[in-house]
Amino acid sequence: MDIVVENLLKKYDTQNAVDNISFSVKTGEILGFLGPNGAGKTTTMKVITCYMAPTSGDVRIGNYSIHNDQEKIKKSIGYLPEHNPLYLDMPVIDYLKFSGELQGVSGSLIKDRIKEMIRMCGLDKEKHKKINELSKGYRQRVGLAQAMIHDPEILILDEPTTGLDPNQIVEIRELIKEIGKAKTVLLSTHILPEVEATCDRIIIINDGKIVANGAPEQLRKEASGKEISKVKIEDFIDKQSVFDALQGLDSVEQVEVLEHGMFQIQSHTGSSSRRGIFELCVQKSWVLSELTPIERDLEDVFRNVTLN
Amino acid sequence: MKTVWIIAKKELASFFDSLIAYILLVVFLGMTGFFTWLYSSDVFFRGQANIDPFFSIAYWTLFFFIPALSMKMIAEEKKVGTLELLQTKSVTDWQIILGKFFACLMLVAIALVCSLPYYITVAQLGPIDHGAVWCGYLGILLMSAAYIGIGLLASSLTNNQIVAFLLSLLIGVFFLIIFGQLSGAFGGWIGKAFQYLNISTHYGSMTRGVIDSRDIIYFLSITGFCLFLAEMVLSRRRIAQ
Repeated sequence: MDIVVENLLKKYDTQNAVDNISFSVKTGEILGFLGPNGAGKTTTMKVITCYMAPTSGDVRIGNYSIHNDQEKIKKSIGYLPEHNPLYLDMPVIDYLKFSGELQGVSGSLIKDRIKEMIRMCGLDKEKHKKINELSKGYRQRVGLAQAMIHDPEILILDEPTTGLDPNQIVEIRELIKEIGKAKTVLLSTHILPEVEATCDRIIIINDGKIVANGAPEQLRKEASGKEISKVKIEDFIDKQSVFDALQGLDSVEQVEVLEHGMFQIQSHTGSSSRRGIFELCVQKSWVLSELTPIERDLEDVFRNVTLN
Repeated sequence: MKTVWIIAKKELASFFDSLIAYILLVVFLGMTGFFTWLYSSDVFFRGQANIDPFFSIAYWTLFFFIPALSMKMIAEEKKVGTLELLQTKSVTDWQIILGKFFACLMLVAIALVCSLPYYITVAQLGPIDHGAVWCGYLGILLMSAAYIGIGLLASSLTNNQIVAFLLSLLIGVFFLIIFGQLSGAFGGWIGKAFQYLNISTHYGSMTRGVIDSRDIIYFLSITGFCLFLAEMVLSRRRIAQ
């Protein structure tokens, strides 16, 4: 099932929490939803899960619309809300059973589903404990397990890895990746490396608007645009002549002199100057001891589009 | 209906898990037992085989106990965020409200069943008006339903349990005392209207053994109206601004 969000607008009083956004998520795709705090990620998710009605616009899931088919949509969505609320006084198994029953898992199937979820989320040792006896990481797993108990076609996870330790984060990521192969996953997070590790596509929103949308590599490329290399040259006589020679290359737009014989070289859009630099050094018999392409990482992309 | 039952079952289980149920049962039976059997105008003093003291004490104890049961039902879930979890499952707001309502009502019903030995013992002591007793039990149950409705409404309005508790007592006081007082102060049709709103008018006639459709309609309409308002409060989030 695909999620299609169309011109979604949600106002709180006069503020637009979500400002006319449209996007879609396809089956088998894991979409990362990024943005600073208060950008509108959670609001969007709450609208998709039929918790809130939008001020205007529509969300279609498969053939269902959030305006007409809430019960059907809710049944096909597994949702892990922000802060992972749980009934702390319930034992894990009872809680999973309760969630499954509410989502319409039939009586004969529910035992198998609970077993499957406990295996998948690694809850075997904790299954008879009450939820308030569990550590945060295990509670998060219980949250994931309840979201998936009815084998939903769509998973919506609001910051699924907050509060987990690095090992658990990796486990949960693997789990999400595994699930994401057959299902539609929409997850929000603050943690940028996480998005790169798990998501097929990223949407960055800021102030309720989509400011970037694409695969992680694509976004990185778009954000950097121009090739930038850091070069270390040795055995030259005078800095100025090196600077002039580098600047004289056709493909070079700008050269910046750094300390210790380092230069930062920015090429014209679409061209690469690495070969030219190498050949120049050979010709002048300078020693090229270092040439590092500077890659923009997602953090730069994120800062670029969210800081006005 | 199945969903309502799933929610009710879970709520009832959490009453028993958290000791609330046991405390309620012990204190309710203790209070009513004490006043029925031991305190000044008890069964022996009256020289009649009836359990009127039980009914009049139940009237007051439930007034305090039911808000204590219902206060956390929605307020707590709002605060912790589990209400969002529930509302994003394949459940309507009505099913949530009704599930919680029936869980409270079942607990009260269990308490009433546990009080049946009082009735049986008194029946051994002398000729008792069985009709009046059963009618009184029906009255308690209906009154409890109304209190639970008020309690759930109060609980839906806030995410603070204490506020919910006090609010439902406040609303309860109107039906219990203030409307009665007002009906005395006003004459004519206004007085009659307040008289009709007063719980004790209806409860009193039921414990005397009179089943009047007006009394039943009265309790059911308070219940229904409060549950309806509570449902509106819950579904308010879905109204586009």
